[in-house]
Amino acid sequence: MPLAGAIAFAAHLAVYKNETPMEARTYTNFLATFLIVSILIAVGQHRWRRLRVAVWRMRPLFTAAVLLLCAWELITAGWHWLPLPYFPSPAAVLQSMISDRALLFDSTWHSLVLLLAGYVLGALAAFVSGVCIGWSNSARYWGMPLLKVIGPVPATAWIPLAMVVSPSATISAAALIALAVWFPVTMLTSSGISNTRASYLDVARTLGANQRYLIFRVAIPAALPSIFVGLFMGLGASFLTLVVAESVGVKSGLGWYVSWAQGWAEYGKVFAALIIMAAFFSTIMTLLFKLRDRVLVWQKGMIKW
Amino acid sequence: MVTTNIAVGSALRVHEVHKSFAVPDAPGTTRLALDGISFSIAAGELVSLVGPSGCGKSTLLRLIAGLDFPDAGELLVGEEKILGPSAARGLVFQDPNLFPWLTVRRNIEAGLVARGVLEAQRHEVSDFMRLVGLEAFANSYPHHLSGGMSQRVALARALINHPKVLLLDEPLGALDAFTRMRMQDEVLRLWENRRTTMLLVTHDIDEAIYMSDRILVMTPAPGRVDRKIDIDLLRPRDRTSEPFLRLRSQILEHLHFAGTAADVSA
Ligand SMILES: Nc1ncnc2c1ncn2[C@@H]1O[C@H](COP(=O)(O)OP(=O)(O)O)[C@@H](O)[C@H]1O
Ligand SMILES: [Mg+2]
Repeated sequence: MPLAGAIAFAAHLAVYKNETPMEARTYTNFLATFLIVSILIAVGQHRWRRLRVAVWRMRPLFTAAVLLLCAWELITAGWHWLPLPYFPSPAAVLQSMISDRALLFDSTWHSLVLLLAGYVLGALAAFVSGVCIGWSNSARYWGMPLLKVIGPVPATAWIPLAMVVSPSATISAAALIALAVWFPVTMLTSSGISNTRASYLDVARTLGANQRYLIFRVAIPAALPSIFVGLFMGLGASFLTLVVAESVGVKSGLGWYVSWAQGWAEYGKVFAALIIMAAFFSTIMTLLFKLRDRVLVWQKGMIKW
Repeated sequence: MVTTNIAVGSALRVHEVHKSFAVPDAPGTTRLALDGISFSIAAGELVSLVGPSGCGKSTLLRLIAGLDFPDAGELLVGEEKILGPSAARGLVFQDPNLFPWLTVRRNIEAGLVARGVLEAQRHEVSDFMRLVGLEAFANSYPHHLSGGMSQRVALARALINHPKVLLLDEPLGALDAFTRMRMQDEVLRLWENRRTTMLLVTHDIDEAIYMSDRILVMTPAPGRVDRKIDIDLLRPRDRTSEPFLRLRSQILEHLHFAGTAADVSA
């Protein structure tokens, strides 16, 4: 029952009241809201079946999350085990999140735009080059060495050069993110295309397929599972490049916010930005998973990853 | 209905065809797979090709399909030389090779899409789905289908192009005995309705006798047509009739399974 979570957290409420400054009222409210909602759910689930089903799977996760918050609070605010300016209590983090919400929101928005611009650009370019390299022997001959030489260099290594070449740090950051995405997606696309089962191509040819049908209706669909592996790898690389580019060159975004807040030794803000970053990246990752599930419905029940 | 839409097949002529392959583990050397194969099949005939595995049956079918080219010799459909794959020559493999990313209906439509005639001939898709009894599975993906169902989809997919020649490479080899016998009747029904010229590769002597007008027996590597046996039995054929069993033991004897043949004819 959610009561387990609620109990853990009532204890925690007690600890917290003694230890933290009164200004962190919001955290109390937050915990109180959580407590009330969990009690409501605990009561409500006996009456509404639908609610019980909806809550059933999430319950252990929420319980664990609250207990974790509780532990964090005990360690920081309660017993002062960790040096203070670097490890603020959850109450302080929540407080900075709320007080600086306008700038945080703005930073998230800038990161989102930059990330999407770079990712979409890189993925599209990679799709085209991957299909060419995977399908045509001459494209493979010329493209593969290029891919093998440039690809393994981390996109972030180009930062000094990119900053000099381009007038705008944002544009060069987008280009770097695109480059970071381009390598894995090209690699996986071309290998997916060139590993298309020969018998699918043979069947299509006996059905009267021309070259265009073979590429767009056989090789590309057959390569899609592999292309998605590339897209996921590219997404990871794009997160990394985004954060690094924002902390060294671009003057906006979550990466910039983290290093800026750190410069002022406002660790509450650092943690706040990190939490938002985690939520932001994992949301984007989840969206890509959803997209994959839609595009690869035909694989449902065949492959799990 | 498809059945009224009678398409007459084309004659097929294979003349002195040679084909060899590079041996992968010994670079520079080649192995002869087909050594001067010759035969012809009349329009609308159903002919079986039997022979031990590795004798070049699949190689021959790929040459007729136009997926590969002979080193020497000629392959003709009607009066025309085979220069490449064509929708007029359908090929069904032992593995149905359905496109896993397409539903059953879209798999069957594939040939129409490939030839750019989907709009004009869309009405036939349902006919073909009914013909092979798969209307209920129109929107299923291939990995939900059983082996027999998949092979029926593969047949429908090949037939929707109204091929003049249908090449079948052990199409029923992977099916269990009951499904196989039912599918044999189904293929026969399709053939009787449409009079497509069919060349059926099979391991199963009973299947060859049950279905075909003529059986070509191939020798092991390098492949040659060794014997042509006419099957004059009336259809539908009885697998346990005395002439059926006599033919069976004759062919088995020819393939050097004399012991088994003696048991059966006894
Ligand atoms: N693409 C290929 N490359 C090399 N050797 C091949 C190839 N295709 C077939 N062969 C060889 O040709 C011979 C005949 O093969 P195949 O036509 O598949 O026989 P069957 O279908 O009668 O079992 C075999 O020895 C096989 O190894
Ligand atoms: Mg074979």
